[in-house]
Amino acid sequence: MKFPALAASLLMLAPLAGAQPVDLARSQLTFTMKQMNVPVSGSFRKFSANVDFNPQKPEAGRADIVIDTASIALPTREAEAEARKKDWFNTAQFPQARFTSTAMKALGGNRYQVNGRLTLKGVTRDVTAPFTARAENGVTLVEGSLPISRLAFRIGEGSWSDTGTVADDVQLSFRMALKGQ
Amino acid sequence: MNPHSERYTALQVILHWLMALLLVGTFAFGWYLSTLPLSPEKFRWIAWHKWAGILALALGIWRLTVRFYRRPPALPASMSPLAVRAAHAGHVLLYLLMLAVPLSGWTMSSAYGIPVVWLGLLPLPDLVSADPALGERLKSLHETLVWLLALLVVGHVLAALKHQLIDRDGLMSRMRLRSGHH
Repeated sequence: MKFPALAASLLMLAPLAGAQPVDLARSQLTFTMKQMNVPVSGSFRKFSANVDFNPQKPEAGRADIVIDTASIALPTREAEAEARKKDWFNTAQFPQARFTSTAMKALGGNRYQVNGRLTLKGVTRDVTAPFTARAENGVTLVEGSLPISRLAFRIGEGSWSDTGTVADDVQLSFRMALKGQ
Repeated sequence: MNPHSERYTALQVILHWLMALLLVGTFAFGWYLSTLPLSPEKFRWIAWHKWAGILALALGIWRLTVRFYRRPPALPASMSPLAVRAAHAGHVLLYLLMLAVPLSGWTMSSAYGIPVVWLGLLPLPDLVSADPALGERLKSLHETLVWLLALLVVGHVLAALKHQLIDRDGLMSRMRLRSGHH
């Protein structure tokens, strides 16, 4: 169980062959959750992305995104400090979160789907996200979102596991600006 | 309409005392909240504080509307022109701050990117777009304004007590919950 995961992550550490440089300034990773039934958004300021995606050959696409969890942006500084603590992202012990794709396919039109493994706070889960791709100002903009359960990744433990104040459902959204098409 | 009625109307009296309770309660609760570390309870209580503030804003607008079409009872003739001017200025400031304090809180919430959903049911529009730095400035403004309001409320209470205990001009009976002799 552990060995294939390790092998996979070692494999992914190598730069992807033919990976397009990602314009990070035009890319973003955001999330929206409900706090007291009020939608509140945040993002990660720092992440690196290796993405290889050709809309003509989606099944050959690959993505590897490494997120600096301490770079989390939330409405208040107090919330950001809280999010880095043990109950939330525990950024001291888990400084990185990671998404590595396992498969991509076309869904018709400009819609596609990526399957992959998301590792957050040491917990790895299979996730699936639909996304769109379109050319814009010299880049290919890849955009999509997926719902996740924060509790499945132990994000918000202890008293924070109460979903009456912060809901379990979190919508993750990504936008990657891929240079060269 | 009787501009020289001795008392405020029953509606004005009820709104005044509701507002008094709401202002003192929301102020004390907000102050207490500002000392707490983040927790699920704090999230819940901040929401309650916002709901109370929005209620105060609504009551404030209602009171101001009523105030415009029904003049308050005349002040005692024994008051000096300076005291009359001070009373008017104090009331204008009280009304302004009753609106400005909740409005600054609402705007601060919008700036932080946290919409206000009254009672968790009624989404209110964002007054400004999300800008955390602006949120920090509005937080300071909210605090400054609420302390000004607290000072004015203390002044208001002291002035009322002076009328009651020193001048003995029966001014406070205009705001009594039950009508009757004074």
